[in-house]
Amino acid sequence: MEWETVIGLEIHTQLLTKSKIFSGASTAFGAPPNTQACLVDLGYPGVLPVLNHEAVRMAVKFGVAIGAQVAERSVFARKNYFYPDLPKGYQISQYELPVVSKGSVEIELEDGTSKRIGITRAHLEEDAGKSLHEGFEGVSGIDLNRAGTPLLEIVSEPDMRSAREAVAYMKKIHSLVRYLDICDGNMQEGSFRCDANVSVRRKGEAKYGTRAELKNINSFHFVEKAIEYEIARQIELLEGGGKVVQETRLYDSKKNETRSMRSKEEANDYRYFPDPDLLPLVIEPAFIEAVRKTLPELPDAKKQRFAEHYCLSSYDASLLTASRALADYYEAVVKAVGGEPKLCANWVMGELAAALNRDNKEITESPVSAAVLAGLIKRVLDNTVSGKLAKDVFEAMWAGEGDADAVIGKRGLKQITDSSAIEKIIDEVMAVNPEQLTGYRGGKDKLFAFFVGQVMKASKGKANPQQVNELLKRKLAG
Amino acid sequence: MLTQTLAELSRDLKARKVSSAEVTSAYLARIQRFNPQINAFITVLQEQALAEARAADARIAKGDAHLLTGVPIAHKDIFCTAGVKTSCGSKMLDNFVAPYDAHIVTRLKQAGSVLLGKTNMDEFAMGSSNETSFYGPVKNPWDSTRVPGGSSGGSAAVVAARLACAATGTDTGGSIRQPAALVGLTGVKPTYGRVSRYGMIAFASSLDQAGVIAYTAEDAALLLSVIAGFDPRDSTSVDRPVPDYAATLEQPIRGLRIGVPREFFDPGLDRRVAEAVQTALSIYKKLGARVQDISLPNFGLSVPTYYVVAPAEASSNLSRFDGVRFGHRCGNPVDLMDLYTRSRGEGFGAEVKRRIMTGTYVLSAGYYDAYYLKAQKTRALIRRDFLEAFTHVDVIMGPTTPTPAFRLGEKTDDPVTMYLNDIYANGVNLAGLPGLSIPMGFVDGLPVGLQIIGNYFDEARMLGVAHQYQRETDWHRQVPKGFE
Repeated sequence: MEWETVIGLEIHTQLLTKSKIFSGASTAFGAPPNTQACLVDLGYPGVLPVLNHEAVRMAVKFGVAIGAQVAERSVFARKNYFYPDLPKGYQISQYELPVVSKGSVEIELEDGTSKRIGITRAHLEEDAGKSLHEGFEGVSGIDLNRAGTPLLEIVSEPDMRSAREAVAYMKKIHSLVRYLDICDGNMQEGSFRCDANVSVRRKGEAKYGTRAELKNINSFHFVEKAIEYEIARQIELLEGGGKVVQETRLYDSKKNETRSMRSKEEANDYRYFPDPDLLPLVIEPAFIEAVRKTLPELPDAKKQRFAEHYCLSSYDASLLTASRALADYYEAVVKAVGGEPKLCANWVMGELAAALNRDNKEITESPVSAAVLAGLIKRVLDNTVSGKLAKDVFEAMWAGEGDADAVIGKRGLKQITDSSAIEKIIDEVMAVNPEQLTGYRGGKDKLFAFFVGQVMKASKGKANPQQVNELLKRKLAG
Repeated sequence: MLTQTLAELSRDLKARKVSSAEVTSAYLARIQRFNPQINAFITVLQEQALAEARAADARIAKGDAHLLTGVPIAHKDIFCTAGVKTSCGSKMLDNFVAPYDAHIVTRLKQAGSVLLGKTNMDEFAMGSSNETSFYGPVKNPWDSTRVPGGSSGGSAAVVAARLACAATGTDTGGSIRQPAALVGLTGVKPTYGRVSRYGMIAFASSLDQAGVIAYTAEDAALLLSVIAGFDPRDSTSVDRPVPDYAATLEQPIRGLRIGVPREFFDPGLDRRVAEAVQTALSIYKKLGARVQDISLPNFGLSVPTYYVVAPAEASSNLSRFDGVRFGHRCGNPVDLMDLYTRSRGEGFGAEVKRRIMTGTYVLSAGYYDAYYLKAQKTRALIRRDFLEAFTHVDVIMGPTTPTPAFRLGEKTDDPVTMYLNDIYANGVNLAGLPGLSIPMGFVDGLPVGLQIIGNYFDEARMLGVAHQYQRETDWHRQVPKGFE
């Protein structure tokens, strides 16, 4: 039996506003519990919400970036349920009339083709606080610092057909919101979270299968794992004659499994209704146009430009444009070098990416600036240092030993390009290896590599390899 | 001096014929003597009031006094007052000391008024008789066996009994106008959005509006000029200039077009109240007004609409009272559900629970369209009727209530009969219009009120029309026996 998977994602992005969506309290992460919650966030009697217009601007920015409709009139609604970390007993969200609807993004598939993923809607809402269970005896603590933090919930169409596609879509949105500077994308701190709706159906069937909603998955890796597990679980269930029930399931990353949280029957009736404390949100077309003018070059356009203008492969272009910061870094390197985009790309995606990855650093935290990396590449290009030794120079720069010239000077890594000096080394090597010399001259061509190695070793790797090759060939011939 | 209107007292204070300290002391003495009889205050601020009075006297002496400087008033206990218990008439908030001042509390404080205390009210403003208060019912100063109306019954009673010069109130479905009518005072509910709701504990957010209960339209105008105006902390507050309401009180009545909705004169209306309305209208006619019969065809939908919209919003607004952060918490909860159910079960009274349940029901999946959504549609019809009427009349007049004050306990077992006491009031809130009630005579020795409804933000005209009537009559000068 062939099965088809159907996936839709709900992504919660925390907007990068300074203050909360309905109060003036700060949204900074990591403050002691309840120090960033004002009376509005605490849901005190008599207080009222006032909309943060910066959050609206950010939502509009997202809307225009995905080619969506930005509603001229949208409505805030109350989602009613009781929970200790929800101070008012309702969450202010948008329900029937969201601010953004009907957009889409393109994702790239493994076979190199691209696929359009529809975005049903994106709406503004406030985050809840959180319950603290550690360090309390017999009770739970409540931290309301996060309560009222602005979120943009981005709901996709059920357009994805594999866990890989879901991850590609999630990465796309992650990249986009950071490009737009509306979300820091920090998944550890919960600034970017995802729920996945997963169902399976027999191939060719028109109707969707019953779905399960996987809650709060906070890494790309876990999204893939959780969905794969869930697909396998549902298929096994159906093939065994069972039925999938509509429910909310939690992914346990330690055990790599999903388990039931609550079924549809247990689900809350949220009793949504328009929040009478807030007037409908009216957005003038002129405002939408003004926001559109502030859009930066978006990932797709940038990728295309990189591929064309820098003659990079589609793969390289897409890696280099994964984040705006990385793309900016790359372009700064190319500019400082004055060309050689492919060589620059190799350095950025090679040594630099490896070092960032190894030390778990963001591009913005790189100890080697674009100008410094460009300085090294220039020394490679003008033959001051060999490509091989340049890697050592890079590590030294990474460790804080200064720029390329300083490291090359200090460590004496300057390439030897003086022919007579190289010839001298070759003569010495030939003198101490008479057997090999006889062998080579007797037809053992493979011994050429031996001599190259010996010369390079004797020069401590500093001899210009091209010159070594040419001179050796001549000298060995006799 | 305690039978003076606010305007008269203000003039005497400014002329330094009397000090605020003297007036405040006199009121406090009366409160001590009479409050036990009528149970109209929940909290009396003896020391604080005297300190404020002394500060007011100093300000008057310096010559930078406002018209309200030194005037002793009372706040309905629905308005948050920093450092002072704010109970909303509920056991739920019996232990709640507000950490901040409501917008109108700040405004009146800045004007230099003296706060005598916080007045009794129906629990969370849900009631028309003040009998749902956790602090016990308020007695009508005109007859202690009768209700003062509600929910601002405490505010109405303290002013009627001359225990404060004026008081604030809130009106969600008649809660200022109805008690003002039942104790013989002037009660003003401004246009929705005219006065900030910030710091006013919410009952039904789309209907709630703060206002005042005072002796005269002139007094109300002075107070409204202070509390009205845009407040960025309330998104539904409207940003438009506030006129000096006292400045336009003398506009002549000649040519005024008064609409009288024939639907108000239904079988539920006491015949003698209807006659009092006709008498009042004849005074306006004498002053040169043109009285015309009008129709509000959807008037009959206002009570049912109100009792869907208000409980729906209330059910959500009152969710924050969960025993977690403030207010009543049950003893030794065993788990979260127990904490919620017992804290709320113990903290809320029967009427509040009834409305939370009604509201939860009308918002529930499967019922939302039939109730909540339909009520939004009928609300639009009610508003449209008023708008249509105001295309050819300047004000609308009719009775405030169908009967004078009823007996304590008379309607407590029959909520629907109780709700019908606000039959002429509810529609005004649903439409968001300004309305007021002024005393227009007595039935069986009990005061009855004339309701005047104005067009949106037309408070100035509405107050002027009321003031002209009060120049011709002295109903507003009557003091209940035993409180002279």
